[in-house]
Amino acid sequence: MTDGTGVAVRADRLGKRYGARWALRDCSFELPAGRTAALVGPNGAGKTTLLMIAAGLLRPTAGTAEVTGSVGFLAQSKALYRTFRVAEMLRLTGRLEAAERWDGAYASRLVDEAGIDTERRVGRLTPGERARVAVALALGRRPDLLLLDEPLAELDPLARRQVMGMVLAEASGAGTTVLMSSHVIADVEEACDHLVLLRGGRVRVAGPVDALLDQHRLLTGPAGGAGIPAEAVVLASTAGRQTTALVRAAALPSPPAKSTSGLASARPGLEDLVMAYLQDANDGGAA
Amino acid sequence: MEFRVERRSGVPTYLQLVTQAKQALRLGTLRVGDQLPTAKTVVERTAINPNTVLKAYRELERDGLVEARAGLGTFVVRTLALPDSAATQELRAELESWMRRAASAGLGREDVDALLGDIADKTFGGDRT
Repeated sequence: MTDGTGVAVRADRLGKRYGARWALRDCSFELPAGRTAALVGPNGAGKTTLLMIAAGLLRPTAGTAEVTGSVGFLAQSKALYRTFRVAEMLRLTGRLEAAERWDGAYASRLVDEAGIDTERRVGRLTPGERARVAVALALGRRPDLLLLDEPLAELDPLARRQVMGMVLAEASGAGTTVLMSSHVIADVEEACDHLVLLRGGRVRVAGPVDALLDQHRLLTGPAGGAGIPAEAVVLASTAGRQTTALVRAAALPSPPAKSTSGLASARPGLEDLVMAYLQDANDGGAA
Repeated sequence: MEFRVERRSGVPTYLQLVTQAKQALRLGTLRVGDQLPTAKTVVERTAINPNTVLKAYRELERDGLVEARAGLGTFVVRTLALPDSAATQELRAELESWMRRAASAGLGREDVDALLGDIADKTFGGDRT
């Protein structure tokens, strides 16, 4: 939940180069504290690189990433020892963490609430149970900012909901800011209130989801897109006799011109918005 | 009560929660004094953003149906259940006999819903809330 106190992550012209290839370039965005943000983009867009820089595990080649407060990072590999029992994993994490930051009782309670017997070995847990143990360990650090890299990858639908429900419920209770990457929009659509969209190593769109959706319209009309002002179009596509276009509301004539009066206009869904910005021809610059 | 979220319905999620709560109030599964599930419980079960739950609860509060009590939770203060008056009982009995006639005339559930919806729209206007 938004508490309106400052910025959790501020990236300023952030760049990371591997050899000749820029994995991230000129990334600038702010994530207000208390938000639950989705970091979306195709594979190779720079999501993991951005999370690792924010976690302090990678050094940027250019620019800066400022993070306020303590950070918990959950890598996609989930970094658990498969031969350890859950209880041993909890104890080990307690030893590795700074004592003043580790809340072992809280981590144990989360594992318990997930109905996981702590005597079981990590390798014997289902992927969903393993994910919940990993989230419990990350939350046990009581982070101000929780970074999750594809936390739902390879989970079945029930486990996806359980893991996401756990993250959202615990983060909102503690006022934790969450930044989670995903390339499945349906997973984050109802969960996140903030969006950071990466494409080709650059931030294409970033902001509160409600405001972003308010700033765009989904227009439908006869094929050819007659009447849709070209300068407003993010992406237009034609199927059969119908053209659909995602447009920037601010670039539409106001009051509506006669040419657009025959078009059906709707507020887009998050998926409409994300798909348009992932496919539009403009590959550089921020929206 | 337990909320369900239909992700592909096109109906905004907070509105789905509001509609389900009102339905429970009409059917009497939620009564005055009952506590709505905490936002945390709904979030854990449905994996939707906590702000969505709070928005739904605020809307129910604006409608005077529930009341948030600091530190305790959100409680039902008004029901939408039909008054159990003689007039209501008579209407119900008439409708039951009408429904039996519709069934024996070969109408199915969807036919009946369409017919009732049409007459209700004409009587009360198009507002379905």
